[in-house]
Amino acid sequence: MENFPVLLTILLSPVVAAIIMAFIPREEHLLIKCVAATGTFISMALSLYVFFAYDQSLGGLQFVQRIPWISDLGVTFYLGVDGISLPMLLLTNLLGFSAVFSSWNVNHRPRDFFILFMLLVTGVMGTFVAQDLFIFLLFYEVVVIPIYILVIIWGSTKRVTKEYAGMKLTIYLLIGSAFLLVGVIALFMKTTAIQGAPDMSFEGLARAARYLSEFDQKWLFALMLFGFGSLLSMWPFHSWSPDGYAGAPTAVSMIHAGVLKKIGGYGLIRIALYILPAGAKFWAPVIAFLGVCGVAYAALAALAQKDLKYIVGYSSVSHMGYVLLAVASLNVIGVNGAVANMFAHGIMAALFFSTIGFIYEKTHTRWIPDLGGLARQVPRIAVAFMLAALASLGLPGLISFVPEFTIFIAAFKVYGGLAVVAIAGIIITALYALRAGANTLFGPPRPEFNHLRDIRGPEMVPLVVLGTVLVVGGLFPFLLFDVINSGVVPLMSQIGGALKIGGAF
Amino acid sequence: MVEFALYNAWLVPLLPALAFLAIIFLTRPWPMLSALVAVGGIVASFVVSALVAYGVFTNPEFLEKPLVYAVRWFSMPGLNVDVGIQVDPVSAMMIFMVTMVASLIFIYAIGYMKGDPGFSVFFSYVSLFAASMLLLALSSNLVEMFVAWELVGLCSYLLIGFYSYKISAREAAKKAFITCRVADFGLLLGLLALQIVFGTLNLVELSDKVAHYEKYTTFGVLTLIAVLVFIGPIGKSGQFPLHVWLPDAMEGPTPVSALIHAATMVVAGVYLVARTVFIFAKVPAAMELVAVVGAFTALFAATIAVTQREIKRILAYSTVSQIGYMMLGLGVGSMTAGLFHMWTHAFFKALMFLAAGSVLHALHHKADIWEMGGLIRKMPVTGWTFVVGGLAIAGIPPFAGFWSKDEILVAALESGHYVLFVMAAFTAFLTAFYMWRLIFLTFFGEENPANHPHESPPVMTVPLVILAFLSAVGGLVGTPWAPVWSQWIFFEHPHHVEPNYWVMIGSVVLAAAGIYLAYQLYVVDKAKVKVKELAERYRHIYTILYNKYYIDEIYLWFNHTIIDGAAKLIYLFDIYIIDGVIVNGLAYLTGLSGESLRVLNTGRLQNYALVFFLGVLALVVLLAFTGPSSASLTLGGVK
Repeated sequence: MENFPVLLTILLSPVVAAIIMAFIPREEHLLIKCVAATGTFISMALSLYVFFAYDQSLGGLQFVQRIPWISDLGVTFYLGVDGISLPMLLLTNLLGFSAVFSSWNVNHRPRDFFILFMLLVTGVMGTFVAQDLFIFLLFYEVVVIPIYILVIIWGSTKRVTKEYAGMKLTIYLLIGSAFLLVGVIALFMKTTAIQGAPDMSFEGLARAARYLSEFDQKWLFALMLFGFGSLLSMWPFHSWSPDGYAGAPTAVSMIHAGVLKKIGGYGLIRIALYILPAGAKFWAPVIAFLGVCGVAYAALAALAQKDLKYIVGYSSVSHMGYVLLAVASLNVIGVNGAVANMFAHGIMAALFFSTIGFIYEKTHTRWIPDLGGLARQVPRIAVAFMLAALASLGLPGLISFVPEFTIFIAAFKVYGGLAVVAIAGIIITALYALRAGANTLFGPPRPEFNHLRDIRGPEMVPLVVLGTVLVVGGLFPFLLFDVINSGVVPLMSQIGGALKIGGAF
Repeated sequence: MVEFALYNAWLVPLLPALAFLAIIFLTRPWPMLSALVAVGGIVASFVVSALVAYGVFTNPEFLEKPLVYAVRWFSMPGLNVDVGIQVDPVSAMMIFMVTMVASLIFIYAIGYMKGDPGFSVFFSYVSLFAASMLLLALSSNLVEMFVAWELVGLCSYLLIGFYSYKISAREAAKKAFITCRVADFGLLLGLLALQIVFGTLNLVELSDKVAHYEKYTTFGVLTLIAVLVFIGPIGKSGQFPLHVWLPDAMEGPTPVSALIHAATMVVAGVYLVARTVFIFAKVPAAMELVAVVGAFTALFAATIAVTQREIKRILAYSTVSQIGYMMLGLGVGSMTAGLFHMWTHAFFKALMFLAAGSVLHALHHKADIWEMGGLIRKMPVTGWTFVVGGLAIAGIPPFAGFWSKDEILVAALESGHYVLFVMAAFTAFLTAFYMWRLIFLTFFGEENPANHPHESPPVMTVPLVILAFLSAVGGLVGTPWAPVWSQWIFFEHPHHVEPNYWVMIGSVVLAAAGIYLAYQLYVVDKAKVKVKELAERYRHIYTILYNKYYIDEIYLWFNHTIIDGAAKLIYLFDIYIIDGVIVNGLAYLTGLSGESLRVLNTGRLQNYALVFFLGVLALVVLLAFTGPSSASLTLGGVK
């Protein structure tokens, strides 16, 4: 196993599956789905292996793969994982595998659907394992195209049309990446001038960026903050998120809310914070403020929703506010909490969207006033729904409690009163999560749903996979935190010096 | 054996937790087997607890130093959280009491829940409930305790909403969870502040550090922390103003009410205060707050209980009131008295709830006490055990409640809280009155011909008898003449109370007066003329009390008008301002600029040629008038 290119295999497995699918006749639905499941399963199994085989005591980048590519631009096809990217990679694969089964009942052009979906998953994974800024952007752009097509063909039209939702989602992604691109090019030119030779790897950029003037750090960081922030649905650049998720098909909502969004948070830590610590220090109060606004604003907005997907959409905006607040605390505990919370929210949001997808598939509605009493008719769906809802409100024993707890400690320490507003969000979260559960699942059963068939067979996979992670991660938080910590500590110690000099506080 | 139990006390919460898993994943299709698994789990846990308690209460070393063992839960630089077990007299007493009462309730539930379609699920939930509570009792770390605390809340949510197809149950469950959530917000802030200030949430380390808190923080901050921490118990233990969920919690099956009110949920708050008493002891203001909230709640809930008509609702308000007593005991500085009342209350309140359940079982869930009467003839075991409970809660010696209530009264008096003492004494009178009003109306007087009651099966009555026995003698461990209790359960130094005969006599007189008044109004006066007259004369007061001071209505209004209104506003802002004006506005502007620029792309060659020609013309003019050097600068040509 020493020299076996694990990361490359993880990346390519869905691509190979997509190529195989292209040669399968379009009416062979079951075969297509099985190929998709196999492709994502191989990736998931290998990423689990990587997760547990990663040597925490050694830390740093492991399973590294470097292939020189465009030497004029200093670009290498550079893959590797550390404690920060590893949970994200695992998350992508857990979700990718589950999402295939959440889409098991897609019978409208399934071959096209799954081919695009495989490309989407590959793109997302690529951003997390890339250690070269160019490769990162490349994978990021790979993500955009399948998302757009998936939404406008397989999406659903509710408050807004699926075309509008798809367009909004895509344009937001592109605007974000445009700002990012300007920042990246400027960064590249400036660091090349400093070093004398082009180097696109994160470490190289970080090393050179240390000699940037404080002013340069600040405006470059601002561009990246806007780019990554809008991807992370940072308030007030969040409005694509509820509409986009509502319009998207189940699998896309799962991947988008679960991991694609996290590219924003991951980029903010791995790229913006790592390369431009002085800029981060300058903007941290702003990030914290916007994060807190997001938490409170989106939680209240979620309370006013009647469409299940909109509730989870706003809820995910609210939870990303916690991630921003944690990053803005700029200390080890906060960044640990941010990464862990991204993982936790990914699992929980995916389970939520998967369950809502099944509810919609069976009842043909997501409108809460038309639902009720489902717990008696479809108890397994009810279990999945409640697990996701309880995780969303941060119930101890499920995966999201410990990350939120660490975030609260870090934020409370640094921001005091501002953090209290964010912590108060747990009350509103409980209110909307339990209200949604109560009005959908409990109360008198409705006779029109008596014939509903509970989820079974392949439909159970998301519940089993994601539910297990929710519980195991909640009971044994060290499994997640030890890995994350092994990545966060070196990162924070490298930029520790920059965080101390000057600045607003 | 004892040694093994002491060092493996984690078995106490683990056994019921395993029962939960076994029922959910294995035995669910077989109800009787599930019940056996659950009862087996809790009884085994009781055996271990009894061994632990034996080990602790025979070895005075535990008074000096608790036995703690822990494993790492998660850690990072600056934040280490362990989960562990802390065995000391307080936790040993607690697990012994919880497992004993819970075992009896579980056995009773076999009879009470018979034939229910959710029989197995019920037993899995109550097992988890007991496991969470036992974990809370044994926690060596406040984070661990908070986890258990929330799990207790989850289980109460699941069990209150057990008949989730009923709207009332669904809403009551939600209300319980959210009310406690509001309180937990305060508690969580308190815990975060403790972690930040002292760098640990480990109970032993924390108590060492808080003892010298001056090194870490100021008195003001510590006061704030203590108040924040106390908000949690206000919610969980149903203290004013967050008591509203507790009376609604009776929507769950009756054994659940017994569990919530006697052995698990509500006493968790009292237990938390007892566990963190080293913080409160440093801050007199916080202690006063605990005492005042307790005394006020005791009186407040007792006045409501006087007018209620539903049997379980009266018991629920009586719990709120009695927990107030416990808080009062803790607040006036006697952890001994507060926990002693928790101990005795567990027996008689479990007894009364289970007996009430037996009544409801017999009357097919008709709950209005005015429609009952004379039940003691048909249901002698239920009736007489309830009478024992009534004597215990009223404080008639030698029943359990007398001793513990007496200790609280003495503690209040001796610490100089005269107003609180008078409030508590008056509450004692009201308690005797409303509880005996319930007993006289339910079990004595004329039989209601519409009812056809029958005594419950032995699986239900035997636990009643055992609990009645415990309610009768459970207080003898802490009489002023043989104060075994106060030698073991105390904070800092044993709190030994000299027998205060005036308080004893006074409290007995008040209790007897309450019972006598109830007897006059509800037994002697067969037509209940006087009662109706009183209700008519003091109509306004009666209405306010019957409607529980309208506190529920105020909260409902706040929730539906303020919170939902704000939510609606934010949502409209999101749709019309952020999305409507900004996002779609930008998109519209982009479209508009495209539209206007489209005019230039006419697609006609002659137009493009014209532009081209004009461009060349401009260049020529530029070159002619400025000379070659500046032209090359503008055009970027070769110098």
